[in-house]
Amino acid sequence: MKHPTFRTDRDTMARVETRNLVKQFTASGAPAVNGISLQTTDGEFLVLLGPSGCGKTTLLRMIGGLEKPTSGDILIGDRVVNDLPPRARQIAMVFQSYALYPHMNVRNNISFPLKAAKLDKAAIEQKVQWASSILGIDQLLDRKPRQLSGGQRQRVALARALVREPNVFLLDEPLSNLDAQRRASARDELQVFQHEIGTTTIYVTHDQVEAMGLGDRIAVINDGTIRQLGTPHEIYEDPADTFVATFLGSPPMNLVERDGDLVGFRPEAVELVPPEHGDASSWLHLTLAEAREEYLGSEKLIYGEIDGVRVVARVHAGTPMPAHEGGKIPITVNRAALRIFDKDSGLRRQPASDSVSASPAEEASA
Amino acid sequence: MATTTASATETHTEQAGRNRGQRVLGRVVLYVVATGFALFAALPFAWMVLTTFKADSDLYRPANNPFVYNDPPTWHNINLLWNDTSYPTFILNTLLVAVVVVLITIAVVVPAAYALTRLTGRWGESLGILIFLVYLVPPTLLFIPLTGVVADLGLQNSKWAMVLVYPTFTIPFCTWLLMGFFRGVPWEIEEQAMIDGYSRIQAIWKTVLPVSLPGILTVVIFSFTLSLHEFVYALAFVQSSDQKTVSVGVFTELIRGDVFFWQSLMAAAALVAFPVALLYNYFLDRFIAGFTLGAVKG
Repeated sequence: MKHPTFRTDRDTMARVETRNLVKQFTASGAPAVNGISLQTTDGEFLVLLGPSGCGKTTLLRMIGGLEKPTSGDILIGDRVVNDLPPRARQIAMVFQSYALYPHMNVRNNISFPLKAAKLDKAAIEQKVQWASSILGIDQLLDRKPRQLSGGQRQRVALARALVREPNVFLLDEPLSNLDAQRRASARDELQVFQHEIGTTTIYVTHDQVEAMGLGDRIAVINDGTIRQLGTPHEIYEDPADTFVATFLGSPPMNLVERDGDLVGFRPEAVELVPPEHGDASSWLHLTLAEAREEYLGSEKLIYGEIDGVRVVARVHAGTPMPAHEGGKIPITVNRAALRIFDKDSGLRRQPASDSVSASPAEEASA
Repeated sequence: MATTTASATETHTEQAGRNRGQRVLGRVVLYVVATGFALFAALPFAWMVLTTFKADSDLYRPANNPFVYNDPPTWHNINLLWNDTSYPTFILNTLLVAVVVVLITIAVVVPAAYALTRLTGRWGESLGILIFLVYLVPPTLLFIPLTGVVADLGLQNSKWAMVLVYPTFTIPFCTWLLMGFFRGVPWEIEEQAMIDGYSRIQAIWKTVLPVSLPGILTVVIFSFTLSLHEFVYALAFVQSSDQKTVSVGVFTELIRGDVFFWQSLMAAAALVAFPVALLYNYFLDRFIAGFTLGAVKG
């Protein structure tokens, strides 16, 4: 086996690409992955985001070589790796369960990939020290996995991935086993870590907060296909279809029917007090029925209905509720914040990239 | 009000006292029962050892208490067993048969159980149960067709007949047994090893097998003891003393006509039984440690 290269002199061929990748587990059932094509850039942090069962983990496992694609190609560093076993792909993977070897202590867990690469003892020891000091686990080297907390296990798994000096990191929901508090700080550490190491990373999660916070780009996946691939900002501001619009954001984008189209707007785009200045035509006026509020400290959520569809508005906690009769309150939304979707297909009416620059009036009438 | 509280406290302590009393009583009952069972289980062994060293004059006088030495103990019976019978050959045959059967069983069972749990999808489980059903066919039925097989292979009256036949019942049961252990192995550790630079075979060797070591030890002990005490096949396939195992050899050599060499029989049984009992005891701790290891999330 080739001596693994160090990061400094590693060739920069670390792009991952999939071409029309399909995975069908049973001949009759729907494919788990249905024609996914995507391409990372070198050193990118790409997040695969989607609900459970959408095919994101299957996609990751195919890239890792743990599942064989039914059709399509996988390229790592511009080389088709379809028929390469996992060990030959120069990748590192962190599983949701961390998959630490329970019969080995931390030191042997971390050095396990190095022994496969037949490094000499001194080099192995040096690398174990290096990786464990980066992740702050040098004190734990003689412990067994069962003696570690969830956060420590996650670091050991990362250290083991790191010593391989892989071309690509594949991470499958590595934070989902941590408690909420630990998860937030681990997310931050992971981001700093990935930027320092600079290795292309593909990260699977169903948690939109993780996806938004970590990803350079996000691929939103549903039913085995990519619904949208873009930066967190693009995904949030310009969702390509109603699935992306309602999957991201908490609470998600409101969708109401106007003139045969679905009109979407984010809860925070809603104004309770009609603006007095500016062009009146640049505002969309709506009436919220059966309005009620939920106080959340820094903000409050106003729930209501428009034409029988539930709508949520998010405003500062200090905003007074307007006078209302029978639970009806007027709301306004800046037309620039409106996103129009086709009612039948759920797709955006105009190319997503145009929407920001398009004039509000045009967009509303489109 | 105050009286109510006081009486309530009183009832409380009374209650606690009663609880403590019940706990102690429970413990006493538990230990009495456990000791009773332990003695009950140990009695045959004690009797066996006791009888081994008895002189004929002591053993055969009905008026004597069978649990004490009325005449001084003697080595005579062990001498008889060791020097005047083929017992040493029986032991060697038994060990040879048992060890080879264990090796064959392990060599077949590990790949079989792995394949059935990991590679055959949902069919594996049903196949495993079907294989297990083979174990339930009694040897008294199977030895008739197997005699033909043994004869065709020219293994009549040879200990190798047992080496051939014993795996037919160790393998089905041990496959099923080991499948249970393999199901408890988190498969990610094998996939992780494959990503970490190992081939599938290496990954199994370095992760799946060490983690399922308790299961493999169970298979070893199980097939070893089965080979040790198997009787029907050994009786059916082997006639010469130099090919016999302990289980059939002892009774053919030490019951001559209507003369029973009781003390030597007891010695023969005890000499085989105790090492196995010790083996079990030694590995029991390992088993328990192993089981809890498997339970910990990888």
